[in-house]
Amino acid sequence: MKTLEDLKKLREKLQADAQIRHADGIRIIVGMGTCGIAAGAREVMTAVLDEVAKRELKNVTVHQTGCIGMCEKEVLVDIARPGEPRVTYGKVKPADVPKLVSEHVVNGRVVEELVVGKIEA
Amino acid sequence: MQHTRAHVLICAGTGCTSSGAKKVEAAFQTELAKQGLQDEVKVVETGCHGFCEMGPLVIVYPEGVFYCRMQPEDVAEVVESHLLKGRIVKRLLYQEPISMERIPSYKDISFYKKQMRYVLGNCGHINPELIEEYIAVGGYEALGKALTTMTPQGVIDEMKKSGLRGRGGGGFPTGMKWQFASNSPGSKKYVICNADEGDPGAFMDRSVLEGDPHRIIEGMAICGYAIGADEGYIYCRAEYPLAIKRLKIAIRQAEEMGLLGTNIFGSEFNFKLKIKEGAGAFVCGEETALMASIEGKRGMPRPRPPFPAVAGLWGKPTNINNVETFANVPQIIQKGADWYASIGTEKSKGTKVFALTGKINNTGLAEVPIGITMREIIYDIGGGISDNKKFKAVQIGGPSGGCLPEELLDMPIDYDSLLAVGAMMGSGGLVVMDETTCMVDVAKFFLNFTQSESCGKCTPCREGTKRMLEILTRITEGEGKEGDIELLEDLGAQIKDTALCGLGQSAPNPVLSTLRYFRHEYEAHIRDKRCPAGACSKLAAYRITELCKGCGLCKKVCPVGAITGEVKGQHVIDPEVCIKCGACFTKCPFKAIVKG
Ligand SMILES: Cc1cc2nc3c(=O)[nH]c(=O)nc-3n(C[C@H](O)[C@H](O)[C@H](O)COP(=O)(O)O)c2cc1C
Repeated sequence: MKTLEDLKKLREKLQADAQIRHADGIRIIVGMGTCGIAAGAREVMTAVLDEVAKRELKNVTVHQTGCIGMCEKEVLVDIARPGEPRVTYGKVKPADVPKLVSEHVVNGRVVEELVVGKIEA
Repeated sequence: MQHTRAHVLICAGTGCTSSGAKKVEAAFQTELAKQGLQDEVKVVETGCHGFCEMGPLVIVYPEGVFYCRMQPEDVAEVVESHLLKGRIVKRLLYQEPISMERIPSYKDISFYKKQMRYVLGNCGHINPELIEEYIAVGGYEALGKALTTMTPQGVIDEMKKSGLRGRGGGGFPTGMKWQFASNSPGSKKYVICNADEGDPGAFMDRSVLEGDPHRIIEGMAICGYAIGADEGYIYCRAEYPLAIKRLKIAIRQAEEMGLLGTNIFGSEFNFKLKIKEGAGAFVCGEETALMASIEGKRGMPRPRPPFPAVAGLWGKPTNINNVETFANVPQIIQKGADWYASIGTEKSKGTKVFALTGKINNTGLAEVPIGITMREIIYDIGGGISDNKKFKAVQIGGPSGGCLPEELLDMPIDYDSLLAVGAMMGSGGLVVMDETTCMVDVAKFFLNFTQSESCGKCTPCREGTKRMLEILTRITEGEGKEGDIELLEDLGAQIKDTALCGLGQSAPNPVLSTLRYFRHEYEAHIRDKRCPAGACSKLAAYRITELCKGCGLCKKVCPVGAITGEVKGQHVIDPEVCIKCGACFTKCPFKAIVKG
C-alpha cells in the first residue's frame, strides 16, 4: 500500500461484506417457514444469494422470515426499498429470481405478474 | 460464489472467553455445516462489547439481534430457528431489569441506548485479528490524511483545538503535551502508549486493545508524525495476554501492508512499534516509573521536571499517552476538531469510557459524553441499584479518587467538577455502593491497595500510608479513639503535599472524601462501636426480633451455642458468647434476626 488512494480502493472492496452490520439499504426477505421450505424456499434463497453476489450488490441485505399464513402462495419473497412500499411476491421459483433482482432491486420496477401484496412504507 | 447473507458475531474478549465463547463458536461451525449454511452465514470473532456479565454474547446481523448468556446447547436452536427460518429465539434475548421486557436489538437495550460509542465503536463489531475489517470501516484513513494533507504542526493544532484531555487520569490537554514534545530539540524521539491499566476494576484499556488494536497503532503513528518520532513503545501489563497477542498480530499486519515501517503512504515518515510487557506493579503506570521499567531498571518514579517531553525514554524527548487517549486521535483527525469539540462540556471535550461495577443491575463498559450526570449513568445505563436496595455512594477514580454521595448525583461530571468535590476522573472506574456498604471499610480497601503498591522510595508514601491504614483498621475493629479522625486528616494532607509521585499524592483521597461526606459513619465506629451499614464483622451485633417463630433453626446452626429458647418461643442471642459469624442471620427463614 503506497498511497491513500490504494487504501480507499481496498476499503471499497472490503465494504460489501461488512455492510451487513450497518444495514439500512434494500432488504430481500425470503419466507422460510415450514411451508416455505417445503415449497422450495431453500433453493430460492440460494438463487437470491447467488444473484446478489454475481451483481456485486453493495447495499442489499437478505433476510428470512417465518410463515405469514399464505402458505399456498409460498415461496414468498418480499422486496423493500427504503421509502417505498414493501412488495410481496408469491409462488417464486429460483428461475424468477434474476428478474426480481434486476427489475425491482436494481431498477426499482415492480414485477407485477408475481405480486401478491403490498405494504405501504 | 455466494453472497454472505448473515454474520454471526461472537465476542472473544477476555470476559466472554472465560464464560465459554470458544465452545459456542465451535458449536456454530458444526450446526451451520449441518444445515448447509456454512457458505451463506459467516462466523466472526470480535472484541469486547463491554457487557461481560451477560456473556457469552452473540450478535446476528443483518437484524442486529443480541443474544446473551449463550451456551453451546442453545446454538442448534439459533441456527435452525433464526438463521434458517428467520425466527428470533426470544428466550435468549436480553431482559430489561425493571420492566422484564425482552429486547431483540442491540441498539434498543437501555444499557447501550444512552451510550455514545466512538472509542468503543468498533469493539464487538469487527474482528480485531484482521486488518481488513478495520480498513473496511475507514481505518488508517486518518493516518493517510495526516501524512498526505497536513503538516506536523497542523496535526498538533487540530489536537489542541479538539480539546482532548489525557484519559490516563490527570486530564492534561493532549495537544499541548504533543507541542512540548515537538518543541524539544533532537532527532531521536519516542512515543509511548501507557497500557499499564493498574486501577482495580478498570478494564476499558484492555477492551480497546483486544477489540480494536489497530486504532491504537494508528493513533500512535499520527502522534509520531506530529512530534517527529520514528519509534514507539506500547507498555502493556503481562496480565493482559490476549491484548498482547492481538497487538502483535496487528503490528505485523500493519507492517505487511506498509502502514508501519518506512515511507508510509509514500511520505518521508517512518515509524516502528514495539511492545514492552510490564510485570503489573501499579506504580509502573506512573510515567517516569514506566520509562525506567522499559529501560530495564527498577520501576520507580523520579521527580519531575524534567518532564518526559524534554528528557524521557533514554533521555530523549518522549510523548506518553494513555490507551484511550490514543484511541481518540484517529477520529479527531478524520472528522475534525470541531466535530469532536461539539461533544462534552466547556473544558472537557469528547466521550469517556467508564467501567461500571458494584451494586447495580447492569455492569460493564459505558462510553458517555463528558458532562453526563452520575444519575444517568447509574439509573439509565446501569439499570439502578440491584436487589431493591438504596443507593449510598459511588466511588470514582479508583484508589486515587473519591466517593460521591446522593446529593451529587445530578452534577454534570467532568475533570474539573469532580476535582472540586474531592474526587477525580481517574481512569474511569465507577463502583456503586448501596446501604449495606461501610464507607470506612471502602476507604480501608483502597488504602490497603495503594499501601501495598507503594514502591517505598519516598517516606511520606511508604510510612504515611501505613500509619493511615493502621488507624483505619483499628477503627473498623472497634478500637478507634477520639482524635483518630483528626489524625487521619492531618496525615492525609501531609502525604498529599510531600509524596514524590501521584501514587502517594492521591493515596489519601478515598479516606479524605469519605470523611467529607460520611464522617458520621467514622464517628459511629469510634464512639458507639457500631457499624451503621452492618458490614464490619468485628462490630456486628445480631439480635432476634419478635418475628421469631421459635423454629429453633438458629440454635441448631450456631457453632458456639450462643442461642437459647424453647420450641415455638422467642429465642435470644447471648452477645458475650456470640462470635458474629452470621450463620443464624443467613439461615433464619422468617428474617427475624437483624444486624447492627
Ligand atoms: C501511581 C500512578 C499510576 C498510574 N497508572 C496509569 C495507568 O495505569 N495508565 C495510564 O494511562 N496512566 C497512568 N498514570 C498516569 C501517567 O503517569 C500519565 O500521566 C499518563 O500515562 C499520561 O497519559 P494521558 O495524558 O494520555 O492521560 C498513573 C499515574 C500514577 C501516579
